Amino acid sequence: MFNYGYIIVPSILIGIIARVSMLRIDYRQYPSYPQGAFSHFTLGIVAASLGSVALPALIEKEFSAVTFLALAAQQFREVRNMERQSLDNIEQTELVPRGTAYIEDIAKAFEARNYMTMLTSLIVSILIFIFKEYLVDRTYSVIIGCFIGIFVIILFNKIISRQLIRDIADVYPAKISFDGPLLKVGGTVIMNIGLQSSREIYLEKGIAVEIIPKDENANATLSNIGQRQAIQHNASIQLGIRKDTDEPDFTPLARRNPENGNIVMAIVCMEPDVEMLVESVKRTLVLESSKRKPLSSYAGKKAAD
Amino acid sequence: MLGKKLQTKEVLNLDVGLREAILAIITTDESKVMGGSVPVFLARDEEEKEKISLMLAKVTSGIIHDLRNGCYVIVRH
Repeated sequence: MFNYGYIIVPSILIGIIARVSMLRIDYRQYPSYPQGAFSHFTLGIVAASLGSVALPALIEKEFSAVTFLALAAQQFREVRNMERQSLDNIEQTELVPRGTAYIEDIAKAFEARNYMTMLTSLIVSILIFIFKEYLVDRTYSVIIGCFIGIFVIILFNKIISRQLIRDIADVYPAKISFDGPLLKVGGTVIMNIGLQSSREIYLEKGIAVEIIPKDENANATLSNIGQRQAIQHNASIQLGIRKDTDEPDFTPLARRNPENGNIVMAIVCMEPDVEMLVESVKRTLVLESSKRKPLSSYAGKKAAD
Repeated sequence: MLGKKLQTKEVLNLDVGLREAILAIITTDESKVMGGSVPVFLARDEEEKEKISLMLAKVTSGIIHDLRNGCYVIVRH
């Protein structure tokens, strides 16, 4: 088995690099650091090992070993379930929930990243083997394989990178006004706030944005409730929400203007900086599960003209 | 059979507590409300109305909506 060390070791290493490059520990704190991140790092090693031993097993005519790849797929689907469950469980502890669409997106990303790790390792092992057999000697084939492996990592990272709201819509600051008890942003009614003191807080500290979709595709995507929930969640964790559990008045709500599909959102933040609110909305991910493309359909395209 | 299935599903989805329901009505004008299953609180003036609604909203974790006819309702969403 160790005859294939020159294939297995470099491809495991490149696989681990691939997983680490896709393990983002940022403001979302998901995967949570240090324990969540560590378990995903370990799973990444498992994925990389599975990817890198597949080819040597085939060379040794151990065909049954390849069924382990199927086992791996099962294992990573389990990862997706695990992530979804754990996020669902903590959902009730969030002041502004992520929403099920966002959770589904995160869970999907974890599963896909494990597959990418496995594929990277597999590709590197195949490359090293081909170079070694047909072209150059062992050392050079390992070096070339690793270089192409790094290129594959960059490529994969590019493929799985998702769109942001700023790619599909323009975001502008907007003004909060009241029509009697009705909270309005840019003419769209958001909600009915009965309490005078809450209205004063909104007028004094509230900030608002208007999201204007660039085309029909963006319009349909932004109409999705899960996408709007993700925007609310992102804005409230980045700027801090001025609210407690018994103050539903200050729950940020992104409402849609049914006339033109514009989304308006008012929020009372710890840091009432409207420029940064615009920035946080612009940097929100476009959820894969919310994405719609009516313009790609015959009827949608004709109707849009 | 189908009925039974539906029932089990309903039981599984049962969320304990009241949702999307009017929990209380606070008003200064008795003539605007009628009896029913929802408790009605009478307030002497606007100030007292605000005060009672705030207290009730905190207790029920509901939100106060203004019906613009002198009545406030507390709703949990």
